[in-house]
Amino acid sequence: MTLSRTHLTAIALFFVMALAVPFIPSDYLFEAILTPFLAIALAALGLNLLAGYAGQVSLGSAAFMAVGAFSAYNFLLRIPGLPLLLALLLAGVVTAAFGVIFGLPSLRLRGFYLAISTLAAQFFVQWVLTNFNWFSGGDTSGIINTPPLFIGGVAIDTPVRDYLLSLAIVSLLTLLALRLVSGRTGREFIAVRDNELAARVLGVKILRVKLMACALSSFYIGIAGALWAFLYLNTVEPAGFDLDRSFQLLFVIIIGGLASIRGAFLGAAFIVVLPLLLSRAGAALLGATFDSGLVDIVEKIILGVLIIVFLRIEPAGLSALLARLRLDRFFASTL
Amino acid sequence: MRFPHRLAAAALAVGLTGFAPLTAHAQNAPATATTPATQPEQYFPLQSYRVGPYAAGGTGFFGGFIDYMTLINSRDGGVNGVKLTWDECETQYVVEKGVECYERMKTHQPPPSAWNPLSVGIAYAMIPGVTADKVPLITIDHGRTDSTDGAVFPYVFPLLMNPYSESSAIVNFIGTRVGGDDKLAGKSIVVLYHGSPYGRETIPIYQLLAKKYGFTLQQIEVPDPGAEQEAQWLQIRRIHPDYVVLRGWGVMNPVALKTAQKTGFPADHIIGNVWSNSEEDASPAGHAAVGYIALTTQATGTQYPVIQQIENTVYKAGKGDMADHSRIGSVYYNLGVVNGILNVEAIRIAQAKFGNHTLTGDQVRWGFEHLDLDPGRVAALGASGLFHSINVTCSDHEGHGLVTFQQWDGTKWNRISDWIAPDWDLLRPIIEASANKYAAQNNITPRDCSKEAAN
Repeated sequence: MTLSRTHLTAIALFFVMALAVPFIPSDYLFEAILTPFLAIALAALGLNLLAGYAGQVSLGSAAFMAVGAFSAYNFLLRIPGLPLLLALLLAGVVTAAFGVIFGLPSLRLRGFYLAISTLAAQFFVQWVLTNFNWFSGGDTSGIINTPPLFIGGVAIDTPVRDYLLSLAIVSLLTLLALRLVSGRTGREFIAVRDNELAARVLGVKILRVKLMACALSSFYIGIAGALWAFLYLNTVEPAGFDLDRSFQLLFVIIIGGLASIRGAFLGAAFIVVLPLLLSRAGAALLGATFDSGLVDIVEKIILGVLIIVFLRIEPAGLSALLARLRLDRFFASTL
Repeated sequence: MRFPHRLAAAALAVGLTGFAPLTAHAQNAPATATTPATQPEQYFPLQSYRVGPYAAGGTGFFGGFIDYMTLINSRDGGVNGVKLTWDECETQYVVEKGVECYERMKTHQPPPSAWNPLSVGIAYAMIPGVTADKVPLITIDHGRTDSTDGAVFPYVFPLLMNPYSESSAIVNFIGTRVGGDDKLAGKSIVVLYHGSPYGRETIPIYQLLAKKYGFTLQQIEVPDPGAEQEAQWLQIRRIHPDYVVLRGWGVMNPVALKTAQKTGFPADHIIGNVWSNSEEDASPAGHAAVGYIALTTQATGTQYPVIQQIENTVYKAGKGDMADHSRIGSVYYNLGVVNGILNVEAIRIAQAKFGNHTLTGDQVRWGFEHLDLDPGRVAALGASGLFHSINVTCSDHEGHGLVTFQQWDGTKWNRISDWIAPDWDLLRPIIEASANKYAAQNNITPRDCSKEAAN
């Protein structure tokens, strides 16, 4: 197996992210910024496989995150002694199966019509999780605390451990995604996106490719949902995976760059991290005397303006902007 | 290509300003340690929500809380010389924002005294964190019902009333309206609940109460957000119940009242729960809300000495938090004041044991666990009639709060009942069973509260 320059860059960046840990004294950076950033980036990466590469727009991503989070919770709750990593893997598999079922309409529908049919997944999942408390372990309130996590006897209970576990999983899945999109699978996805008829003529099996994209994308999003709930929020509630979250993921890939692996990370940094930095900057500059609600509204305005400006400069997203700034001389091409 | 470079520089500048406070706490800590001459502080991190769909509740509650702390600072010079300080962090009632605020403020020096998020979702997400930090988490009038069992949840306090007590108190109130609990048998009650985890939480409790008192019960769900309820109220018209319990949230409440009027159901036979009891719930329904009854743990109005003092001391000096002065004395505002009283008194009680200086979160927790305000003490605090009393112990983190009922006259709420006690003995075994299940799932060994009491 040969590794391309892209892979090597990605591996190097992930190593830097892991090796930087002892030099960062603040827990806040890990638990409030980096862990949610990794989870959202992974979910966006999953959505990008489906929407960016294979061209199937989905508005149900949050539902798949919910399926992942609740499956992982139920596996851990109902199978005592199940290793955490296996539970995460199984959660991904369950979500992938779910993704295939809700991907069936994509065989007949295209564009906006498909987007609307994926809304069904969004509402169906939230309804089921709210109304059948079997999924929340019989807890009548429907909001559940995640159980304590262990890997081989080591408790995952500090911000740094949460972060490192997220980083390990996200790195592994990102490298796998890089491998997939640069190979035959990725080329088939793109062929289907660009011209379904031409792809069919060339002998691409449309049915298989579309369902494969749904399964693969849901697998990533499901694991991201479990990371989000278990390592970041410590709680799982259906309301946290609403339509707003689906839109958020769609914005992440649009702003980051469609059909680009690094786009998911750049977009997640923009949508998840930048508002936090603006909020911290607002609090630091204006102090406690200022109405915190007003600061919040101003942050939203600044963020909105930045989105417009960035997309005006580079409609293909931050990934393309980065390429134009020629930073990729240092950071190689597609991470 | 000049433009993007400048943009990148601007983005970098914003980024750096944002990161600066990340390390600021580390620098603050020694500064406070080397200047002991300054007045000691007791710090409250406030995860408030002043924008978004629930801003009405957030501005009222946090406004009342802040105004009470300002009153203590300006009238008494703090609590036994310890000044109360606070920061606000906007959550918009969104769980992940609330969690970020928690991470942001938890390293503050001096350390947080107690957390008061006024949101079930945020509170749930914080339970493992606050337990590790050893800082109390206050969920006044709401929260996880089984956290009432302080043996399993040492750091969580659903003060005054949990959802189960609320349901029980509503049924007890209906009992007084029909002429005694024994008259409940054969009566018909409909619970109209919000289609959310919050709305569904009390389903088994109403079933239990129906079995105990022998009334017939139907529980009908209104899907979120509840802006359309024709079908549900037509169903209610067919059932023709004696009372409807409204377990609503946000826009669902005024819509329920309006639709009830359209289908001919009398407003004075609708009993609202604690999230259906504010001016913002009744007033938008206009005439349809006249006669509507709702439960509350704290009376409305400005006639109580403590509210008078806030108006005369804090607002006269221009230090008040409420932009709209007419909301002083409203349901959410007065809940904020009561919450302020409970937090401040917990600190006072903890100071009596640990000394009049800045207390740690764990010491404040001790204060909450010994928070015993009888009606005499409540009167001394100028809050007689505002709320009844509270007596928190290790095993009972709710504190046997009493509730009262109020009726909407078209412009304001008027109290129409005495202080009513829920049926705690009936609920306790369910709470303990649920808490013990949580303890087993999370490898928690419950404390022995008989030993705690000796301390």
